[in-house]
Amino acid sequence: MPQFLLKRFLTLLATLFATSVIVFLVLEILPGDPALMLLGVDATDEQLASLREELGLNRPAFTRYVAWTLGLLQGDFGMSYSYKVPVAGLIVERLYLTYPLAINAMAITMLLALSLGIFAASRHNKLGDVLVMTLSQIGISIPSFWFGILLVLLFAVHLGWFAAGGFAGWSNPAAGYKSLLLPSLSLAVVQAAILTRITRSAVLEVLREDFVRTARAKGLTGGAILWGHVLRNALIPVITVAGLLFGALLTGAIVVEQVFSLPGLGRLVFQAISNRDIEVVKAVVILLAFTVVLVNFIVDLLYAAIDPRLKAADV
Amino acid sequence: MFNVLEFMRRALRHRSFVVGGLLTTIMLGMAALSVFWTPYSPTAINVRKRLAGPSWDHWLGNDPFGRDVFSMILVGAQNSIVVGMIAVGIGMSIGTLLGLLAAAKRGWVEEIIMRLSDFTYAFPVILAAIMFAAILGPNSINSIIAIAIFNIPIFARVSRASANVIWARDFILAARAAGKGAVRITIEHVLPNILAVLVVQVTIQFALAILAEAALSYLGLGTQPPTPSWGRMLNEAQAMIFRAPSLVIFPGLAIVISVLGLNLLGDGLRDLTDPRLSRQR
Repeated sequence: MPQFLLKRFLTLLATLFATSVIVFLVLEILPGDPALMLLGVDATDEQLASLREELGLNRPAFTRYVAWTLGLLQGDFGMSYSYKVPVAGLIVERLYLTYPLAINAMAITMLLALSLGIFAASRHNKLGDVLVMTLSQIGISIPSFWFGILLVLLFAVHLGWFAAGGFAGWSNPAAGYKSLLLPSLSLAVVQAAILTRITRSAVLEVLREDFVRTARAKGLTGGAILWGHVLRNALIPVITVAGLLFGALLTGAIVVEQVFSLPGLGRLVFQAISNRDIEVVKAVVILLAFTVVLVNFIVDLLYAAIDPRLKAADV
Repeated sequence: MFNVLEFMRRALRHRSFVVGGLLTTIMLGMAALSVFWTPYSPTAINVRKRLAGPSWDHWLGNDPFGRDVFSMILVGAQNSIVVGMIAVGIGMSIGTLLGLLAAAKRGWVEEIIMRLSDFTYAFPVILAAIMFAAILGPNSINSIIAIAIFNIPIFARVSRASANVIWARDFILAARAAGKGAVRITIEHVLPNILAVLVVQVTIQFALAILAEAALSYLGLGTQPPTPSWGRMLNEAQAMIFRAPSLVIFPGLAIVISVLGLNLLGDGLRDLTDPRLSRQR
């Protein structure tokens, strides 16, 4: 087990390192001269030189990379060019929206996918199964931002139960949660459509195993077999895919924030793009990429906990 | 050899293949038609018809600028298809090349290629698009690049996995004994045998590309006005949701129909080309 942990941890470090290099290369090196990009072609040489000085662009790329990553490790994300304040502060304010949104959506996704997937598998090839599979086929084909717009149309425009957008803040947790409910749903329903299919086929796969036949022969009821034996084994592929879906969910959250005009990381980064505020873009992108990598690391550990075989095996 | 008639006979009895094929044909037909003809110009502004509902003259109504929604949706199909084709095409070419290389060389080459493709999951499409939009400015080129990059590891993984299976077969051994090199074996034996898998994957990735393009142009990072795109139409329609609710329906339906069609077609093709899978279901 310690060896497994160590190996996974080293992979994690390598991935984080590679991710930071890519972000740095794309956003700092590829554009050529960030100062020119900020000021435009009309800028005078003096203006360009002084901005380069201000942004620290005169130093060699390697030094800049090291300074940037050392800063990241200390929670220093640099200065925003357009807001003239530390990027870290801008990000922290918005994290309180984007992360709860993604986590809430993930919880709804798991709840929907596990219950519908198990239900469909237990009714294999019967009406319930066909119905769930048809719905999930359609769900996979719906863009989550459009589903969000449809929810606005139904619950805000027609029924008037929810506001069409905006965030009520966490000072009143119930109101804050209410403003995240429709956005979470629009993300979750689409992701759940994918995960339901995985759950269903994983459960069906396990149901064919010999140990299930043995359990049946012992006289266990269908329910006891399902909950006691099948589910634990079926969870492995489900959790793997759920981990991979988290990346889609987190970036999906950024899109859905726009649908519901929520002041999260999405709005921050899109404003930064139009202001050409590369420092902010860099910070948001690296933060989201690191989150995706970390979640996948946790998923790796999780399924080692579920399936002890994986601890020993070289996977 | 591959029997076309036999394949068609089986295909026509496969429900999701038929439905998917039909929907995909509708989408391609819309795009093809719009190259030659649309009821109105998709960019013609008609102030008197602003936000007019569906009518005989304008089947799906008019948008906030009085443009004909039906014409815009037709031309939007073109846009989705072009972005999807280029992006998936690039992703497939590079990805498959890497996958075939990994399978042919094994050892450290395979290790490096696969580790690289493992690690790209850290950059979902939207995140990659945000990076490129920040340096290139928002336009359809950066959505094409972002979607293409997202596709490379997927095709690398799929083609390597299927190519490895082929390399282990006896007829490859025979080809080697006959003195054929790795490149020739890859082109003459491996590639033709993994073609079916690639076609299935292309269909599914195409569907994902259409979804991604729609999301990016909705965000304003993709296709720019005045080129009509479904995502952009939804963005503009949403601002008018209280005054003209029907405007948010049609572009979304166009996306769902295209994506659903391609997904069903992909599922159908997979069942039809891999008999082992269809028996399991």
